[in-house]
Amino acid sequence: MKIFSGVPNINFMAQRKTGLWVSSFVTVVSILLVVFRGLNFGIDFTGGVLVEVHYPQAVQLDAVRADLARAQYENPVVQFFGTSSDVLIRLPPTEETSSAKVSTTILDALHASEPNVELRRIEFVGPQVGEELTQDGSLALLLAFIGIAIYIMFRFEWKFAVGAVAALIHDAIMVLGFLSLTWIEFDLTTVAAILALIGYSNNETIVIFDRVRENLLSQRRMEILDVVNLSVNQTLLRSVITHLTTLLVLTALLVMGGKSVHSFSSALMVGVIVATYSSIYVSTGLAVVLNVSREDLVPAEQTDSDVT
Amino acid sequence: MQPYPLWKTITLVIVTLLGALYALPNLYGEDPAVQINTISGDPLPADFAETVQAALAADGLQAQGSRADGGHWVVRFQQSEQQLKAADALKKGLGKGYIVALGLASKTPDWLTAVGAKPMSLGLDLRGGVHFLLEVDVEDARKAAAQRYVTDLPAYLRKQDIRYTGRRQDGERTVLDFADGVARDAARKAIAKEYPELQLEAAEGSSALTATLTDAEVKRIVDFAVQQNLTTLRNRVNQLGVAEPLVQRQGSNRIVVQLPSVQDTTRVKDLLGATATLEYRAVDETGSADSAAASGIIPPGTELFYTREGRRPVLLKREVIAAGLNLVDAAATVDENGTPAVSVTLDSQGAKRMYDFTEKSVGKPMAVLFRETVYETNYNAEGVPLRESREVEEIISIASIRGVFGKRFQTTGLTSKEAHSLALLLKAGALAAPVEIVEERTVGPSLGADNIRKGFMAALVGLGLVSLFMVVYYKVFGVFAIAALSLNLVLVVAVLSILGAALTVPGIAGIVLHMGIAVDANVLIYERIREEMRNGIKPGEAIQHGYDRAFLTIADANVTVLIGTVMLFALGAGPVKGFAITLAIGILTSQFTAIVGSRALAQLVFGRRQRMTDLPIW
Repeated sequence: MKIFSGVPNINFMAQRKTGLWVSSFVTVVSILLVVFRGLNFGIDFTGGVLVEVHYPQAVQLDAVRADLARAQYENPVVQFFGTSSDVLIRLPPTEETSSAKVSTTILDALHASEPNVELRRIEFVGPQVGEELTQDGSLALLLAFIGIAIYIMFRFEWKFAVGAVAALIHDAIMVLGFLSLTWIEFDLTTVAAILALIGYSNNETIVIFDRVRENLLSQRRMEILDVVNLSVNQTLLRSVITHLTTLLVLTALLVMGGKSVHSFSSALMVGVIVATYSSIYVSTGLAVVLNVSREDLVPAEQTDSDVT
Repeated sequence: MQPYPLWKTITLVIVTLLGALYALPNLYGEDPAVQINTISGDPLPADFAETVQAALAADGLQAQGSRADGGHWVVRFQQSEQQLKAADALKKGLGKGYIVALGLASKTPDWLTAVGAKPMSLGLDLRGGVHFLLEVDVEDARKAAAQRYVTDLPAYLRKQDIRYTGRRQDGERTVLDFADGVARDAARKAIAKEYPELQLEAAEGSSALTATLTDAEVKRIVDFAVQQNLTTLRNRVNQLGVAEPLVQRQGSNRIVVQLPSVQDTTRVKDLLGATATLEYRAVDETGSADSAAASGIIPPGTELFYTREGRRPVLLKREVIAAGLNLVDAAATVDENGTPAVSVTLDSQGAKRMYDFTEKSVGKPMAVLFRETVYETNYNAEGVPLRESREVEEIISIASIRGVFGKRFQTTGLTSKEAHSLALLLKAGALAAPVEIVEERTVGPSLGADNIRKGFMAALVGLGLVSLFMVVYYKVFGVFAIAALSLNLVLVVAVLSILGAALTVPGIAGIVLHMGIAVDANVLIYERIREEMRNGIKPGEAIQHGYDRAFLTIADANVTVLIGTVMLFALGAGPVKGFAITLAIGILTSQFTAIVGSRALAQLVFGRRQRMTDLPIW
């Protein structure tokens, strides 16, 4: 099966400036969203208590709230989780040190009116642990950026490294903006998704960079802009197909994988789509705007003269 | 097309076979089983098989298999109903000294176990269970330790006839005032000799002396507090009868407790709340402990207790010489003769009483009584929880007093193992640093089973969709890609099984995601082959170019994904680590399967066809 009969010839780089402007604009919007609307942080980061229970039959949330009120829990967040017999209860973190006992008290309160309620999961995260998880997550992201930048500088050149890291930050911010907009819960697995996305998105960039380097060597007379355009076109089909297969498995995960991987798979799906765009317009586009030249990437001529 | 190097084909075949071999144990299910350990950690007796057999036969139960397996004894059953009955029968039949726990035993055949193959271990979010993260309040322990010196140092100076004019506590520092510099220097010298754990500083311009704990001492106190809680927790968790419990130190002052298949968190929290203490007491030698135990008539001024090992009755005097709160340190060591011993350090109050007592009791025996308050939550007929406490009192050591001692002394005449366990028990009985639960994650068994089912389905559907797409798009080469992808999955499972890394829900997500990414390598190669052929290159050469040129690109791309994964592994918590591990393994194995694996297949099918004009790749 073929999508194109030959290598497509789309002049991507003609819109490189427009592309960068669009990216900057959307990035700013995403940042504003995250800053002013915030993220729906899960208890991994905020601390607090989460109890998931399963009732043998459908329940009224008000009945559950009444049970909890009797146990002196005035303002719990009570919501259905998937079905009307699965209930999720959240309590904000408390100052008391005995908050670990909360989960037990909640269960006792629910058992009082429905002895057959089944415990699915309890999560309690103390505020200090939440803080640490936030710190470690941010640190992991930062170190991943730095590590990838160093690797690309070593394998390619600093202008490419700037482009690649800009694309990664761009993608991560887009996903955060999306999570803020849709108010999907942000938990530890979401951090994992963003880190996986960074790797994935960079994969895209590297494939294009690799091709640019190869073409710079083989097409010596071509203008740099044309070389970049040719490279993007040559790798376009591969990008489309890879995104398609990745989106296929992510869809499977989103639909079949259950609620616990919901934020993971939706964050990655958005990320994968954004990564297609950013690998062309942000990373490659930025490298071009930074005036990447043949000499930056082709040390081969030097070695030739060394030999003689 | 050039012939494919033989060694690559052979490597591929060997890797495939090994991968299949080590992934195989995951296909056998599990039997309900009962695991038996000795509480002391001693090896099981030689005739244990018969003992177990007898205990089961007494209740008319028949085991499917009964044998030692890596440190514990495993008895298998066909149904979980039998397993529950057998656990009760064994608890009754074996008596104290054994831990009887419910668990699951893999049905992996012996020949596989013999080569070290074992099934993947499942994380708590897949098998259900309790995870606690406890934090030891080391600040409290540190403060308590520092405060001791404001009474200890003056007491010591009085004994040494060095006069001080004032004493006070300043945060964690003890400040002593002296009339003049001479007295201060004398005090400094004396204190430095007796208390090497203190850092002494003479204040400028005054005759005061400041004592602070050295960094090494602070570290020792923190370690002691954590070790103490760790020991206590291990002991109590063992009493719970849980198969494969994990009690482990994490970082400087935290302890992880993981109990698979446990749902009753109330019971676990009760255990964590238990408190222990110990008492040094004189052994009463005038009365007969045996007759007191038999008749129930206990001589006045004494109490009857039993030893922990052997349940021997012993009469102890009522007076307490030193108690748990006086204990500063206890450690297994060797004495000057090189034989195992336990060295104990008491605070000044305990030291003084110990000195007074030993002065008049040389040659007489002294015992250590271990007391533990255990809480239990039982449910009455209406299902209302009732919290009850129970006192456990045991004698853990009896030794003759060989000389007069106070602050520091040694208990000798022990085997190295006895010394170790006595030191641990003494630590457990010292004044405990409080612990606090800072994280709890409990997963019910139904949710765990759901997670496995959903994860498996998602992986299967993902694999199916990708396979379908690849075959439609790349025809025969699509089949090669599927073969490479399947081999890759087998390898990921094999490596996970060998490493013993726990599979978690994010771990499954990692495997599913990685399937999407892994085919990318094949897509890169195939698109390259197509391109080469469009440029008029012959099919055989196109295959070769495609694989050769794509290699570096794939490697570069994989390295960057690995960088992200390594950061995630280093800094991520619990389940997220599982994601990082599966993704990392997947990336490494896919580099091999996509390049070597699918190429060998292409070579096998198309390698000998000399006059090919086209490839079934379109």
